Amino acid sequence: MAPEILLDYRPLWAVLISLVAAVLILFTGERRSNLREAWTLIAAFGKVAIVFSMLPLVLGGQVIEIAPIHVAQGITLQLRVDTAGMLFAALASFLWVITSFYSIGYMRGHHEKHQTGYFASFAVCLSATMGIAFSANLLTFFVFYELLTIATYPLVIHKRNAEAIKSGRKYLAYTLISGQLFLIAIIWTYITVGNGDFLAGGFLTLEHGSAGLLGLMFLLMTVGAAVKAGVMPFHGWLPDAMVAPTPVSALLHAVAVVKAGAFGILRVVGYVFGPELLGQIGAAEVLAWFAAFTIIVSSLIAMNQDNLKRRLAFSTVGQLSYVVLGISLLTPLGFLGGMYHIIAHAFMKITLFFCAGAIYVTTHKENISEMHGIGRRMPITIAAYTIASFGIAGVPFIVGFISKWNIALGALQGGYALYVVVLIASAMLASTYLLPLAYLGFFKKSDKFTEYGEARKDMLIPIVITAVLSVVLGILPNFGANFYDLATMAAQSIVQSIELVGGGW
Amino acid sequence: MREQLPALIVVVPLLASLVAPLVAYFSTALVRLVAIAAILVANISAIGSLTHALTKGNWHYHFGDWAPPWGIELVIDPLAGAIAVLISFVSLVVVIYAGPYLKEDGWLKKGIFYSLFALLTTGLLGMVVTGDVFNLYVFLEISSLAGYALIASGGNKAVVAAFRYLLIGTIGASFYLLGIGYLYAVTGTLNMVDLAEKLPLLMDSPAVIIAIVMLVVGLGTKMALFPLHGWQPDAYTYSHPAAAAFIAGVMGKVPAYAAIRFFFFIMGAATGPVYKALQIMGWLAAAGIIIGSLMAIAQKDFRRMLAYSSVAQIGYVVVGLAIGNSLALIGAVLHIINHAIMKSCLFLVAGGIQWRTGNVSVEKFAELNKKMPLTMGALVIAALSMVGLPPTAGFFSKWYLVLGAIEADMWFYVVVIIISSLLNAVYFFRVIENIYMKKASEEAKDKDKDKGKGMFELPLQMLVPIVVLGLGILVLGILNEPIVSQVIQFVIPGGGQ
Repeated sequence: MAPEILLDYRPLWAVLISLVAAVLILFTGERRSNLREAWTLIAAFGKVAIVFSMLPLVLGGQVIEIAPIHVAQGITLQLRVDTAGMLFAALASFLWVITSFYSIGYMRGHHEKHQTGYFASFAVCLSATMGIAFSANLLTFFVFYELLTIATYPLVIHKRNAEAIKSGRKYLAYTLISGQLFLIAIIWTYITVGNGDFLAGGFLTLEHGSAGLLGLMFLLMTVGAAVKAGVMPFHGWLPDAMVAPTPVSALLHAVAVVKAGAFGILRVVGYVFGPELLGQIGAAEVLAWFAAFTIIVSSLIAMNQDNLKRRLAFSTVGQLSYVVLGISLLTPLGFLGGMYHIIAHAFMKITLFFCAGAIYVTTHKENISEMHGIGRRMPITIAAYTIASFGIAGVPFIVGFISKWNIALGALQGGYALYVVVLIASAMLASTYLLPLAYLGFFKKSDKFTEYGEARKDMLIPIVITAVLSVVLGILPNFGANFYDLATMAAQSIVQSIELVGGGW
Repeated sequence: MREQLPALIVVVPLLASLVAPLVAYFSTALVRLVAIAAILVANISAIGSLTHALTKGNWHYHFGDWAPPWGIELVIDPLAGAIAVLISFVSLVVVIYAGPYLKEDGWLKKGIFYSLFALLTTGLLGMVVTGDVFNLYVFLEISSLAGYALIASGGNKAVVAAFRYLLIGTIGASFYLLGIGYLYAVTGTLNMVDLAEKLPLLMDSPAVIIAIVMLVVGLGTKMALFPLHGWQPDAYTYSHPAAAAFIAGVMGKVPAYAAIRFFFFIMGAATGPVYKALQIMGWLAAAGIIIGSLMAIAQKDFRRMLAYSSVAQIGYVVVGLAIGNSLALIGAVLHIINHAIMKSCLFLVAGGIQWRTGNVSVEKFAELNKKMPLTMGALVIAALSMVGLPPTAGFFSKWYLVLGAIEADMWFYVVVIIISSLLNAVYFFRVIENIYMKKASEEAKDKDKDKGKGMFELPLQMLVPIVVLGLGILVLGILNEPIVSQVIQFVIPGGGQ
C-alpha cells in the first residue's frame, strides 16, 4: 500500500514563513514593538494555516513532498510530510499561536529586555521545528536539528547573567557534543546505505553490517537524540535551561526542543532501523531500560524541588521518557501511545508552565513553599494547573490517560509487564509532586494572598485554552487535528500492518 | 580580447601594481579606483576563463605563442579557474574594504599599499593559473615578497613578524626550488603536463623521492602546516589590518592548491612515495588540527586566535588529501574555498572592530552588537561555519571529509575532525558570549576611542564586504551543489565522481 505522493511546496513555506518573520522582527527592532509582535502573530497564524491545510491530504493517505534540493550525488535536502511529521508539525504550529499571545503578555508584563532577539530566536526555533517534522532524510533532519540547537541558545541565555551564561554553556556542551555523535552515525549510514531517506519500517537491515556495528550506530544516533529528549543520564542541561523566560520553557522545553529529541528517536527507531531489525539486534530494549529508569528517578528528584519550574522540568524529563519508552517497546500500540503522548504531554505541560509563568509575573513567586493560599488570588490559573496535574498523573478523561493507556497496552503486547508497573508507580509519583501546589493553593490559608488578582488577560486566556483542550482531547482524542488518527496511521505504517491488535482507546 | 583572458588574469593586476605609486602621486582617489578596477578585470577574466574551461574543456594558453615545453603555458582547468575566481573575488572585496583604513595616510603610503596589494594578488593568481612549475616558483616569490612587505607595514611588531616570515618563507621557497630542480634533472622539463607524462616511469628513482620530500617541506612551510607554522600566528596577527583578511584568508590556501596540483595531477597519489608522503602529512595535519585549536583557545587577541585556527583549518585540507579518495578530495577543495571565505570574513570583522574601537582583545568586545549589529551577525555566521554547523558552508566541507574518512575506514581522522569542531565551538562561543552577554565596563566606555561615535555600523565600504562574505557563507552552504558537481568533480584526476 504505497502512499500517493503529491508534489507541493507548502512544507517549504511552512518552514520559511517564520524564518522570514525572524528577519523582519530583527529589522523592526525594539522601538516599533507593536509592529514587531505583529510579525510574530502573522507568522504564527500563517504557519498554522499552511500546516493545517495539508492535514486533510495526509489523513487521506497522501504524502506531500517538495522537489529535492541536490547537494551532491546521493546527498539531498528534502522535505516530506508524512503522518508522523504532520502530527508533530500540527502540534507545534498550533501551540506556537497560543504561546505567541502568552509570550507577548509575559514579556511585556515582566518588562523583559532584549525582546527583539527573543522573538526572532523564537521564530527561528519554530522554523527549525517544522524542518525537523518535515525532514525526509537524515541530513535534512540534522541540518534543522542543529539549527534548533543554535536558535535556542539565545533564549537560554536571555537573562544575560552569570547563571544564564553557565546554563548556556552547559546546554551547548550537551547538545553540540551529542550532535557531533549523531553526525558521525548519519554519515556512517550514508556510506553504508548510500542515502538516508526515512522509510516507515526502517531501511537498515542485517545485510548492512553485523549486529554489533549496527548496535553501535544505533547507540550514536540515539545518544544524539536522547540528549535533547532529556533521557537520563543526558538530562543535565534541561533543569538548568529553565533560567530562560517561562514561555521558552513552555513551548521549547516542553514541546518543540525536547519533543524534537523524542521525535528524533521515533525517526531513528521507526524510520531508520525499524522494529524488525531492532528486534533482531535487541538494541531497543536497552533504550527502554534507560527510559524506565528515567521515568522513576526523575519523578523522585522532582519531589525534592521547591522551585516550581525546576520541578516541572524534572517532570518533563520523566514524561518524555514515556514517549521514548513507548517507541522502544517496538509494539504497534507502543508506537501509537508514544506518539500520542507527544501530543498529550505537550498540552498538559504547556498549561503547567503557563501557570508557573503567570504566577511568577503576577506575584513574583518561584518557589512552591511560598505559594500557600495562592488559589484565592488566582483561582483560574490554579484550577488550570490542577487539571493539567491530574492529566500528567494519568486520570481518565484527561488527555494523558489515553497515551498512557496505549503505552501500557503496548507493553503488554510486547510481554513486558514490568513496564506497566513502572507506569503505575510513575503516575502515583506524579500526583505526589504536582498536586501539593494545588492543595496548598486552595486549602491552606495565608495572609499573603487574600484579594483576587488574576494574571493578565493575554496570559490567562492561553492557559484556559490549553487546559480546556487537555480535557477535550481526553474525551475526544481526535478533536481538532485528528491527532489520534495520525498517530494510528503512523504506527500502522511503521509496523506495516493494518491491525493494531488490542484496540487502544 | 576573449582569447587573451587567461593572460589578463595575471597581467592586469601586475600593471596596476606598477603604475600605482605613480598614479597615487597625482591623485590618491584615482589609485584606489585603478586598483579596484584592475582586480575587478582579473576577477571577470577568471570567471570568463572558468566558464570556458567548464564548457569547452581545459584552456591551454601559450604565452607569446611559444609552444611548451619551451614557452610558458597557462592552464585553466575547472580547479584552477575556480580557485582563481575565489582569489580575485576575495581580493576585490578586501581592496574595497581597505578604503577607510587608509584615509589618513599620505599618497606614498596609499600608493605603496595598493601597489603591494595588487602585486600579491598577481602572485597568487599566477601560481594558480600557471602550467609550469618554475613559473609557479616565480609567482610564489612575487606573492611572498608582496606579502612580507604588507605584513611589515602593520607597525612595530609587524616588522619583526615579517622578518621572521621572510627568513622562514625564503627557506621554504628554496626547498620548493630545489624540489623542482630535482624533477628537472630527471625529466628535463618544467611543464606540468609534460612532467605528468614523464614522471610515472621514474617514481622510484631516489631523485624523485628527494624532490617529493623537498616539495612537502617547501609547500608545507608556505601553507603553515604544523609543525612548520611558527611564522604564521605573528604574521597574521600583526599584518596591515586592511590586508590581513586577504593574507590570512587566501595566502595559505594557494600552496595547498599547489600541493594538490603536484601530488594528484602531476605525480598521482594512489601509490608509491607520494602516498607515503601524504600519510605523513596527514598525521602532521591531524596533530596541527588539535594543537592549533587548543592554542586558539588559549589566545586573548582575536586576530591571534583566528591565526591559530587557520593552522587547524589548513589541517582539514591536508587531511582530505591524505585520505585521498574522491569524497575526501571534494571535501579538501571545498574547504579551501569555504575556509577562504570564512576566514576572510572573520579577519574583516576583526579589522572592523579594531578600526572602530581600537580593541583586539576578545575580553573587550562587550556590547559590540549594539554598535555594529550587522557586522556581529556576520561574525556569528562565520563562527558557526567554522564550528561546522549546518546549514553554513563549513558544515558541508566537514561532511565530505568525514564521508571520505569513513569510506576509507580511517576512523582516526573522523575523531580528530569531530573533536576539532567541538574545540572550535569552545573558542568561538567564547567570543560570542563576550560580545552579546558581557556588560561593557564604564572605564571601557570612557576610554572608548570610538571613531564613529553614535554612528550606525561601520562605513559602507567596510560594511558591504563583511556582509557580502557573511551571506556568501550561507549561500555556499545551501547552494554548494553546482560547485561540487561542476567544478570539484574534475579535481579528481581522471574526472571521477
